[in-house]
Amino acid sequence: MGMKQMVAVSAIALAAATGFAKAEEPLNAEVIHWWTSGGESAAIAVFADAFNAAGGKWVDNAVAGGSAARSAAINRIIGGDPSTAALFNTSRQYHEIIGEGLLNDIDAVATKNNWDKVLPAPIANAVKVDGKYYAAPVNIHMPLWIWYSVAALNKAGIDKPPETMEQFVADLDKLKAAGITPLALGGQRWQENSLFSAMLTNVGGAKLWKSVYGDKDEAAIRSPEFRKVVETFVSLKPYVDQGSPGRNWNDTTALLIKNEAGFQVMGDWAKGEFKQAKKEIGKDYGCIPGLRPDSPYVLGGDVFVFPKTDNAEQVKAQHLLVEIMTSPEVQVKFNNLKGSIPIRSDVDVSSLDACAQLGMKIMSDPARQVPDASQMMEEFMYGSVQDIVTELWNTPMTVDQAIDRFDKALKG
Amino acid sequence: MAAVVIFAYLGTLAWSVRLSFSSSKLLPRNDFIGIAQYLTLFDTPRWLTSLGNLVIIAFFFLVICFILGTLLAIFIDQNVRAESLFRTVFLYPYAMSFVVAGLIWQWILNPEFGIQQTMRSFGFSGFVLDWVVNPKMVLYAIIMATVWHGSGLVMALLLAGLRGIDGEIWKATRIDGIPTWRVYLQVILPMLRPMIITSLVLLSISIIKMYDVVVAMTNGGPGTASEVPAKFIMDNLFERANIGLATAASTVMLITVMFIMAPVLYFQYFRKSGSSS
Repeated sequence: MGMKQMVAVSAIALAAATGFAKAEEPLNAEVIHWWTSGGESAAIAVFADAFNAAGGKWVDNAVAGGSAARSAAINRIIGGDPSTAALFNTSRQYHEIIGEGLLNDIDAVATKNNWDKVLPAPIANAVKVDGKYYAAPVNIHMPLWIWYSVAALNKAGIDKPPETMEQFVADLDKLKAAGITPLALGGQRWQENSLFSAMLTNVGGAKLWKSVYGDKDEAAIRSPEFRKVVETFVSLKPYVDQGSPGRNWNDTTALLIKNEAGFQVMGDWAKGEFKQAKKEIGKDYGCIPGLRPDSPYVLGGDVFVFPKTDNAEQVKAQHLLVEIMTSPEVQVKFNNLKGSIPIRSDVDVSSLDACAQLGMKIMSDPARQVPDASQMMEEFMYGSVQDIVTELWNTPMTVDQAIDRFDKALKG
Repeated sequence: MAAVVIFAYLGTLAWSVRLSFSSSKLLPRNDFIGIAQYLTLFDTPRWLTSLGNLVIIAFFFLVICFILGTLLAIFIDQNVRAESLFRTVFLYPYAMSFVVAGLIWQWILNPEFGIQQTMRSFGFSGFVLDWVVNPKMVLYAIIMATVWHGSGLVMALLLAGLRGIDGEIWKATRIDGIPTWRVYLQVILPMLRPMIITSLVLLSISIIKMYDVVVAMTNGGPGTASEVPAKFIMDNLFERANIGLATAASTVMLITVMFIMAPVLYFQYFRKSGSSS
């Protein structure tokens, strides 16, 4: 007897024993996700409440840690007992499952809501495979904001936040002279990688970002522009404090909250930390989207995927979930709690905070939208890239060695 | 019983070895691509770093743990007072999970609020103890934590062995007037060979599997300075959706373990005349 039959038989036995008929149930939707922190669980509760109000029954299955939650979802899919929906990042994480035919497409809902028009192109490309929509994007996170502490900058005699790379470096020097940690960085692979990405977008620009990470173009990797990116990244080493290695991102943000550090490159989720500490945008802290007038806005974020099922009730539940999660009101409410911005341009932005509104404004220009690195390469390749970045940051690796390694890693 | 052994152990083992010859990324695939994953593996700088780190950690860990554990056992064997207290104290770290041990040592060695900060607040402003955040020293920080964790086990095993030594031997050596240290080194320790081999095998395997202590202490950092093979395998299995490469790496580790176990098994099963198990 196979696993599937066993599950089926035990399910029947259970149903017989408890004596209820499944058909009279409301639309059950079991959702696997990893949003367990305070702000995150408040945000997902918005989805759950809206779904329940629309006649569904949200069954929450929170698994701590992104990769653990994704593994759990994938194992359930392979095991033939999938959840109704599962959370993934807006990336290529789920493209292989689509290729294996293990997900339901949600084209019906997407067409009805005109996703081709309302979604930014990079997001649409990340969830659309072979002309069909397979995932519902729920938010846009820009992972490369530059945050600053107003008090720390004032103390160092900086009257306005930097707008160019040159000003940024000059401000770092001023902070250092004032005895404040200029750049708060948590020395973990992904945070070091965020700092590198910020240099690639701000020193290199949108075109270089796409040609290096998207096209993996050798000429771009070996170009003087990319070399300058690597050199600038390496030149930031002296601005980081000794306690950096291994420090968590939120402990690093706390340095800005305590006015012990000037700048931090971190995604818009850092706002949650500032809000919890009762800090206000403009008064206590500020956000800089980039250090050049045309700085690209990197579109990361989260999506829900819907495992394959032939059960009509489950398909109905899946479609209702998509409708609810992407509806304008729910989008605004959810994203306000999550710290991200809505996926659609046709929402009322008045209730969003100043940084989110700034993000929405920048994003309205398609020329400045660029995909997140994880949408342009497979996870294993992105992993190799991050290994290079962390070694470059922590060892005396030369710029030439780094460029050779980038070239090799991006060849796959 | 035999079925359980064959399916639960050998079956899963064979399957993961089989996967290392496939192109599996996120999902297991059944194709066959030869040794391509192994070639990629030994062309991955982080894997080579991990192996190098493992060799350094294993060498220092085994030597220090063994010497320290033996000395502790001999020390307790001198009929000290409050022996059971000492035994408990030395064995306590081993009872603690590696994650907790790693976290504690990370706090102790953290330059921001550990020993360094404490010493500086006492007025030693130039005091530096930055092992955890210094790529050159981080391995020794990990070795320190693992030695602290593991030497109690060696002590317990050898102490049990020492207690089994016949008192007549001690009397004989005293009559001959041999100094105590020489008795231990040349008479007693050779008699304890089975205990020594057992403890070395246990330590070796714990080092090869070492994952949690590194994750808790440094998470492989700074950079890739404290990466270890087990962590490489876990990362590729879960975070990087690279099952083929991860299983290739775990097959390499399996072969390493077999090399360690082979001489032990040989001694146990083939050298013993007349005994069979």
